[in-house]
Amino acid sequence: MALTNEILKQKLTDKFGEQLTEWDEQYALLTVRMPAEANLKVMQYLYEAEGFQFLTDLTAVHYPERAGEELCVVYHLHNLVENIRLRLKVYVPVEKPDVYTATKIFSGANWMERETYDNFGINFVGHPNLTRILNVDEMDYFPMRKEYQMEDPTRIDKDDEMFGRGGTI
Amino acid sequence: MTEQNIQLAEESLAKQSTTLNLGPTHPATHGVFQNIMEIDGERVLSTVPTIGYIHRAFEKIAERRPYYQVTPLTDRLNYCSAPINNMGWHMTIEKLIGIKTPKRVDYMRVIIMELARIADHLICNSVVAVDTGALTGFTYVFQWRELIYEIYEEICGSRLTTNIGRVGGFERNFTEVAWQKIDKFMDGFPKVMREFEALLNRNRIFMERCIGAGPISAERALNYSFTGPNLRAAGVDYDVRVAQPYSSYEDFDFKIPIGTTGDVYDRYMVRNDEIWESYKIIQQALQKIAALEQADPTQKEIFYAPESDAYHLPAKEDVYTKMEALIYHFKMIMGEVTVPVGEVYHGVEGANGEVGYYLISDGGRTPYRLHFRRPCFIYYQAYPEIVSGGLLSDAIITLSSLNVIAGELDA
Repeated sequence: MALTNEILKQKLTDKFGEQLTEWDEQYALLTVRMPAEANLKVMQYLYEAEGFQFLTDLTAVHYPERAGEELCVVYHLHNLVENIRLRLKVYVPVEKPDVYTATKIFSGANWMERETYDNFGINFVGHPNLTRILNVDEMDYFPMRKEYQMEDPTRIDKDDEMFGRGGTI
Repeated sequence: MTEQNIQLAEESLAKQSTTLNLGPTHPATHGVFQNIMEIDGERVLSTVPTIGYIHRAFEKIAERRPYYQVTPLTDRLNYCSAPINNMGWHMTIEKLIGIKTPKRVDYMRVIIMELARIADHLICNSVVAVDTGALTGFTYVFQWRELIYEIYEEICGSRLTTNIGRVGGFERNFTEVAWQKIDKFMDGFPKVMREFEALLNRNRIFMERCIGAGPISAERALNYSFTGPNLRAAGVDYDVRVAQPYSSYEDFDFKIPIGTTGDVYDRYMVRNDEIWESYKIIQQALQKIAALEQADPTQKEIFYAPESDAYHLPAKEDVYTKMEALIYHFKMIMGEVTVPVGEVYHGVEGANGEVGYYLISDGGRTPYRLHFRRPCFIYYQAYPEIVSGGLLSDAIITLSSLNVIAGELDA
């Protein structure tokens, strides 16, 4: 029987129960939040038992207004046999952004995690070479975080509100 | 230069291998890549790639730009096949808003995307040949790549970084000249392509040079999240056009060529066969458009989805002469149109693999977060593993046959 979002959700719920929360199915893509300490367990299970052996994408999002869980790491997994995608999310606080690395499961996660570290400062615990990849090595901040504005902050002629956002971000 | 710089470290004198700095700007690497290689004679022991020389922070810039102003950023990812990136981005917005495009628009898009794929594969394959020492084929096919660029030029006004299309379709209908240019390309291309193939495909020297160079197994390729021709050359028939059809690809009849060993020759042959498949797809698209127009002559005027009116920029001649059109134009450019709140991932089959757009919209003018899945960036990390143990000259052709595009690599 073909694997569908409903069956997958049922299987994951049976296996991990309350650990998986915030189920969502926007645009037919099953999305679920998992606790940071269980991310490898969930992905290992999906890899071995459910055939999600392809890591399509790995990135992060910064939500400054979510106190205590500001950074969100997003995984897009793909089961090529059943042709079904799955999005997994992990939320971590910005003060201690520790997430276990997926490089043991997916070799391709190596640079994706380096890029995510480079831009957001997520500390992928156990990563073989967690160094900056796109930005210069001397950079001492994480530029994709929302507190860094695009325009030169000293300029007063360019008001953030004119460019789609309030001045606070 | 200080004396420090030219002094060799103790350990480098003791070791038996040589450190070779290939790049960042090396004539053999076609782009800005640095590789610090440890070589033993002609053999590559290990290599450390350094990337990011043309990092332009597109994802950060996109967070400050209304949706239409993101399109030119996508041009500059894989600039060899910019229209695929443009249309992938427009389709992502359409998915977010929920616009269904008419069949004619889908087929027109397919024509442009497949032309872009042909252009991209022509560059890659002819450059592989150049790196093996065969310059002639390159000069043959570049004339025809030029014709493809002339088609883009006729449709959208630009050639390399095209910014082609709009949300819901195209900015204007294809002109008569554009259709003629497409026909001209379709008439003459097979002859040139066969000539190109005759030069290389069964050329003993070329085969000896490429077979067995830079191979990767299907298992490793999947584990490294390879997509596109490089994955298919290793023997996995994953193609987004078939797995998750977009833009009515399900209406077309085409094959997915695959290889077995994932070496340079297989990658070359997969791209070569894909050029023919793309050619067949364009033929079918032209027939399908002709059939649509024959059944209903009003179809000729359809070049964007009517339901995308609120997002589709008005024609320039109206903007310059009519008040309403000017207002709508200004509203759209400033992002004063409502966009739903949501998270959407849309993947399209780019020339190098799955180009993905992960867009989070908070309903504002600009994306809250936009992430590009760039196939080059993901598969280039396998480069050290592929070239280690091989010859240095194989490492060069492996780099060209992987088709690593610096723009896509560095975003």
